[in-house]
Amino acid sequence: MDYGTFRGIFTLVLMVLFIVIVWWAFSKRSKSKFDEAANAIFEDENKHKTTINDKKKESEK
Amino acid sequence: MSQVASQTEYNYKVVRQFTIMTVIWGLIGMSVGVLIAAQLVWPALNFDTPWLTYSRLRPLHTNAVIFAFGTSALFATAYYVVQRTCQTRLFSDKLAAFTFWGWQLVIVLAVITLPLGITQGKEYAELEWPIDLLITIVWVSFAVVFFGTLIKRKVSHIYVANWFYGGFILTVAVLHIVNSMAIPVSLTKSYSIYAGAVDAMVQWWYGHNAVGFLLTAGFLGMMYYFVPKQAGRPVYSYRLSVVHFWALVSLYIWAGPHHLHYTALPDWTQSLGMVMSIILFVPSWGGMINGIMTLSGAWHKLRHDPILRFLVVSLSFYGMSTFEGPMMAIKSVNALSHYTDWTVGHVHSGALGWVAMVSIGAVYHLVPNLFSQGRMYSTKLINTHFWLHTIGVVLYIVAMWISGVMQGLMWRAVNSDGTLMYSFVQSLEASYPFYFMRFVGGVFIVTGMVIMLYNVLKTVSAEKDSLEAEVHPA
Repeated sequence: MDYGTFRGIFTLVLMVLFIVIVWWAFSKRSKSKFDEAANAIFEDENKHKTTINDKKKESEK
Repeated sequence: MSQVASQTEYNYKVVRQFTIMTVIWGLIGMSVGVLIAAQLVWPALNFDTPWLTYSRLRPLHTNAVIFAFGTSALFATAYYVVQRTCQTRLFSDKLAAFTFWGWQLVIVLAVITLPLGITQGKEYAELEWPIDLLITIVWVSFAVVFFGTLIKRKVSHIYVANWFYGGFILTVAVLHIVNSMAIPVSLTKSYSIYAGAVDAMVQWWYGHNAVGFLLTAGFLGMMYYFVPKQAGRPVYSYRLSVVHFWALVSLYIWAGPHHLHYTALPDWTQSLGMVMSIILFVPSWGGMINGIMTLSGAWHKLRHDPILRFLVVSLSFYGMSTFEGPMMAIKSVNALSHYTDWTVGHVHSGALGWVAMVSIGAVYHLVPNLFSQGRMYSTKLINTHFWLHTIGVVLYIVAMWISGVMQGLMWRAVNSDGTLMYSFVQSLEASYPFYFMRFVGGVFIVTGMVIMLYNVLKTVSAEKDSLEAEVHPA
């Protein structure tokens, strides 16, 4: 296979890959999982508070 | 008990260190910028001292703002975001501490060697080989801490911000190692292993991807965490963010040749770089729209929250410079813009508008969260900083646009007999007023940074939990 053909095939592979990613990202099946992921950044407040109060607890001891 | 607790809680120490240093290095790096801007107006300001000449201070400025200010902000936020979205402590506290002290050492070495004139002469990769080796070790440690933390995450999904941070860390490692390949001849001198046009191409493959992955992908990671967090609502479209990531990382890597239009680089490479740069507009704007639309339905928050304003305006500047960039990559436009101040204006609309503003917004979000406060010491001062910075950036880029386009036009103007209409010095004289305008813009920006440092120090030194969050009716 010459270099030109190789590049052509490689471009095609990348294009197909991109379409697959878009299709996967926007498929109905992924929606609930992605919605959950988008909201995940609001879920760790308790852990954050215990970390932040670290020093206070130690000084109270 | 405390040992068990410290195992499960977050490591904020290293985040605090990097956050404070972000502000300090930002102030220093931008002050050097103002000094060299002043030197272009009043050349006597180099005091006939070799260490203070423009040629040596300019790389110091770029290294300080990109690698000291920007990269410290990336370290701080990457460590913060990866812990909070994975709900687990950093992979290794010791290695994280090493990355902090190692990175500060790199910066101090840069501050010493660059004014001495010790340089590899590659833009944004000036540091000599011993420092390059240190950077490599610190960077690999950064990767180990970051990916190690991802591996031990307590949640199943890897939040999109971490994808951007991960892409940035990996790619910067590859870029740095490939471009810094050199043969040392002494402790302070080395020669690149590449030659001629290949050397130029490797350099700008590095240079443009430093923009693409350090100054873009890394800060997009920041954007995808801090914009939703500060706005109090999830990102506009998580699905778009996934496509954004893959499109951006697969396209950026090819855009480098646009730095070498009309040079010894083969024509086809230049054209390829141009086409890839134009396509890059699409994912860039996809990401920008995704960030800004996160505020849909919450626009009123901008009225009370200058931190959110910093973040959203940074996205506007991002949109602006990612439109300008592809346009300037078009060969015929580049024929006018290349080597003029337009390029400098473009870089600063990205660096001061996008990178600095998103970092400043993130730092204002981080500081109260890291030091057990409900808010920053003074919201009013954040607002003052916001306006100083915005006015400063606008002054800067408008000055450079006018100066740059004027230079481009003057350099190409020819008389009817084919001779040049203007000498170089005439174009330089015409630029003087705009160099002064740029200097004024810089003073605005540095004043804003001084206010920020004061505000941060006041917040850090305030009594714990003494600053209560402000409540605004919706």
